[in-house]
Amino acid sequence: MNLTKTNKKLKESYGGKVTASLENNCIVMRGHLEKWSDVVSACSIAATKYSTIHVVNDIVCDEAKDQPMRMPEIHDNSLDGQKVDVLVIGGGISGASIARELSKWKLNILLVEKESDLALQASGRNDGEVHPGIDLSRGSLKHHYVRKGNAMYEQVCKELDVPFKRVGQYVPFDQAWLKPFIWFYCQWRKHHDGISDTVMVSGEELKKQEPYLGDNFRYAIYNPSSGCVCPYGITIAYAENAVANGAKVSLNTAVTGMEVQDGKIISVSTNRGTVHPKIVINAAGVFSEEVARMANDRFFSIHPRRGTNSILDKKAGVYLRSITSVTEFNTHKTHSKGGGILHTVHDNLLLGPDAVETYEKENTETHKESIAAVFKKQKKAVPSVNEKDIITYFTGVRSPTFEEDFIIEKGRSTKNIIHCAGIQSPGLTTAPAVALDIEKMAVEELSKVQKVEKNENFSPIRKGIPVLREMSDEDRNKLIQENPDYGVIVCRCEEISRGEILDALKSPICVPTVDGIKKRVRPGMGRCQGGFCAPLVTKIIAEYMGEELSDVKKCADTSVITYGKTK
Amino acid sequence: MEKYDVLVIGGGPAGLAAAIAADKNGANVLLVEREERLGGILKQCIHDGFGLVRFQEKLAGPEYAERFIDVFNQRNMRALTLTFVTRIRKENGSFFVTLVNTTGVTTVETHTIILATGCRERTAKQVMIHGTRPSGVFTAGTAQHFTNLLGQLPTKKCVILGSGDIGLIMARRLTLEGAEVLGVYEAKPTPSGLTRNIHQCLHDYNIPLHLSTTVTRVFGQDRLTAVEISKVDDHMVPIPGTEEIVECDALILSVGLIPENELAETLDVKLDPRTKGPAVDAQLMTSVDGVFSCGNALHVNDLVDYVSESGEIAGANAAAFAAQQKQELPIAVSNALLYAVPQKLNLNADNSKTVVYFRSRDVLDNCTFLIKKDGETVFSKRYPFLRPPEMERLLIDFDSFHLSAQSKLEFEIEVMNK
Repeated sequence: MNLTKTNKKLKESYGGKVTASLENNCIVMRGHLEKWSDVVSACSIAATKYSTIHVVNDIVCDEAKDQPMRMPEIHDNSLDGQKVDVLVIGGGISGASIARELSKWKLNILLVEKESDLALQASGRNDGEVHPGIDLSRGSLKHHYVRKGNAMYEQVCKELDVPFKRVGQYVPFDQAWLKPFIWFYCQWRKHHDGISDTVMVSGEELKKQEPYLGDNFRYAIYNPSSGCVCPYGITIAYAENAVANGAKVSLNTAVTGMEVQDGKIISVSTNRGTVHPKIVINAAGVFSEEVARMANDRFFSIHPRRGTNSILDKKAGVYLRSITSVTEFNTHKTHSKGGGILHTVHDNLLLGPDAVETYEKENTETHKESIAAVFKKQKKAVPSVNEKDIITYFTGVRSPTFEEDFIIEKGRSTKNIIHCAGIQSPGLTTAPAVALDIEKMAVEELSKVQKVEKNENFSPIRKGIPVLREMSDEDRNKLIQENPDYGVIVCRCEEISRGEILDALKSPICVPTVDGIKKRVRPGMGRCQGGFCAPLVTKIIAEYMGEELSDVKKCADTSVITYGKTK
Repeated sequence: MEKYDVLVIGGGPAGLAAAIAADKNGANVLLVEREERLGGILKQCIHDGFGLVRFQEKLAGPEYAERFIDVFNQRNMRALTLTFVTRIRKENGSFFVTLVNTTGVTTVETHTIILATGCRERTAKQVMIHGTRPSGVFTAGTAQHFTNLLGQLPTKKCVILGSGDIGLIMARRLTLEGAEVLGVYEAKPTPSGLTRNIHQCLHDYNIPLHLSTTVTRVFGQDRLTAVEISKVDDHMVPIPGTEEIVECDALILSVGLIPENELAETLDVKLDPRTKGPAVDAQLMTSVDGVFSCGNALHVNDLVDYVSESGEIAGANAAAFAAQQKQELPIAVSNALLYAVPQKLNLNADNSKTVVYFRSRDVLDNCTFLIKKDGETVFSKRYPFLRPPEMERLLIDFDSFHLSAQSKLEFEIEVMNK
């Protein structure tokens, strides 16, 4: 967009309170606004979708003042003075997959994550859909990576021993008059964007495949390449495989600053000491802008967008076998698809997410309005879904740029940083493909200063924890004979044995918290939400770690569960 | 495969009473319990007041359970503890129950099943509490488990939502442990628990009860730091503007119990949406023949005495049902035999290791004992001689003969021609 026009439009909307100017090939927004929603609108006026000239938001916003990043409790020197080849900042799906791909090389890799576990923010609060790319246009990085990433999922999940189901996605319609347009849309997608597997199916076929879908639907777009995966499961698996191949992961580790000289990062300070990396990967999600700022390489801005998902009891799993997503034509332009219903790999139904702009990067509180909005919309697709079947709900915060595209590139001013930023939907789908490209960029960059050799011992195979409830009686019996702990059921809702919980405690990245165990082997994920098993899991953790019961935490270090012995 | 007349799922008060009653009524019973010890939720109910109706005594939960466990043990009954039912398959009027425990995966056959699976607590998310996800949100039962079984204090200063009995009991229990219970909040205009508990657990300890008030939000990133309470209208909908923040470190929920009938549902047992338990007849048999329900799985009780009572009804009737189901096959004995034991087989029972005793009528040399099914020899054993004073013993696997109610089963002795 022409800058003069932009400023004219900004003046019309905000009476000169905000201006845009072109600096260092960025559109820098300056001014003062009260409300964050106005900041988002103003920046969106200046932004061009999918442009590589990014909006940098320097507007002072009263509402969004003072939002410091939450810091881990721990302060020590465990990392101090470490020289690493690659420092990956962020333990979400991006950081974990990049660390794994880089572990194919003889490199000293360190991944730091500020939370107490991997995938604790957007990657763990994701709906787990592996997208078909139907709604993405050519020219964007999202489009470039989505098909590649989607196609890699079978292989990656097989290597990492993570459940993945290519269940397909239906986008149903009830308006007969729209049919020719939808047909044209599918054709256009096929020929223009290379989305060739998308087909249209009749109402009859739709009813046959998904009998619980509303009777009003007359036809649907069907995307057979859609799938679902456990988003935190695959993140943990990637990181575990990276660790097995020599990478190091440091949890509860937040980057607090960087020393940059002559366009090069010299050192990175954390709450656990100063690290000296040769190259830094910015996979810091909602904080990727802050990391870029620390690296003197800030050429984009993130505007957080939260979304809430609901999980329904497995009993409701029968209502849908695949993924469905109704399109609403009356809504405003939305950037994320606005959610759907998904039959998860664990056989629950997941509804959501919605999309709400927020300045709070770490506020994952849930609101009843979000749940209500999601159910209102999704009941149109599957009328049987009911709030009464909700077993839990959670909120995650996406990290889009104002151009609504990914940033996958080397630093513009600082040479030894690679950004993997602006990651939002379909970031889970694209991660395997993006990681390969970032691996290439990093190796290319490192090769300028050192010889980078193949890691001869690299194995892409990770063996996950056995899932006994899904085994045949024969196989299950055999495992119990080998290890009787597999025969002691601790979590009745999800049928998780003591043996599986102990396996999680012995896993390559041990997170001995109730939530850490829950993420790895699922006790507490069922309908009683840990009412019965939480004390038992707490006890197993304490015994295994040789700790007092009161030392066991739910998640972060201050999330104590009990306050010590009774009288 | 082991065969039973009655298989009881759940070793709490309902299951124990059911198993004992079935045993008293002549059934061959197996009790399956998920946990290490029998007693169910009573194990953690260390307060008194149990058994007033039944024993005219005020017992603590574990004491009440012990009375039944003692009888169970005296009768030499069989229980499998730390054993989990993963699946039930119904076939030809029998149930095949798959069990998982430290010995592996096994399947047992049974004529009848008594579901004594108890109930679970409603969770914070089921009553639509929003906000953060900190530690310190407990259901009352979970808090009770931590306090009474693990000896750990789950809170120092808490708010209790819901005036169900466990919530009231926990208000008193936590107070006695030195925790501060700021109040019990109840969305309904009347308390949910027993009047005696309102007096003994709240009034006696000056714990305020706030009616028509609920918790709408929780705060705290890691550990809970506060809750938001709101007044509710006649439809239990929070009234905007009445919000109030209460600082505390825990929210303890006593917001209802849900009968656990997930196993029942896999058997297509019809549930009553009112009780959320199976719809039953006067014998407590569900819509599926041979499947009985009792205790809190049937409907949520407020006194354990009635839980035991329903267990006894289900147990006695399951035993009677199993007896009716007995498929008897008489064993014919030829004249050469003085007698043979047993005289008949119950085809629905495990007959794979049946001990047979017999005596010959006369002194016989060089002879063969035969078992014939429909005239065909299915078993034979040669003897150099048989004499009436000497009893013979055999271990026979009758199941291997594939007998049916229509089969003709005979014991014979054949004397060889010299």
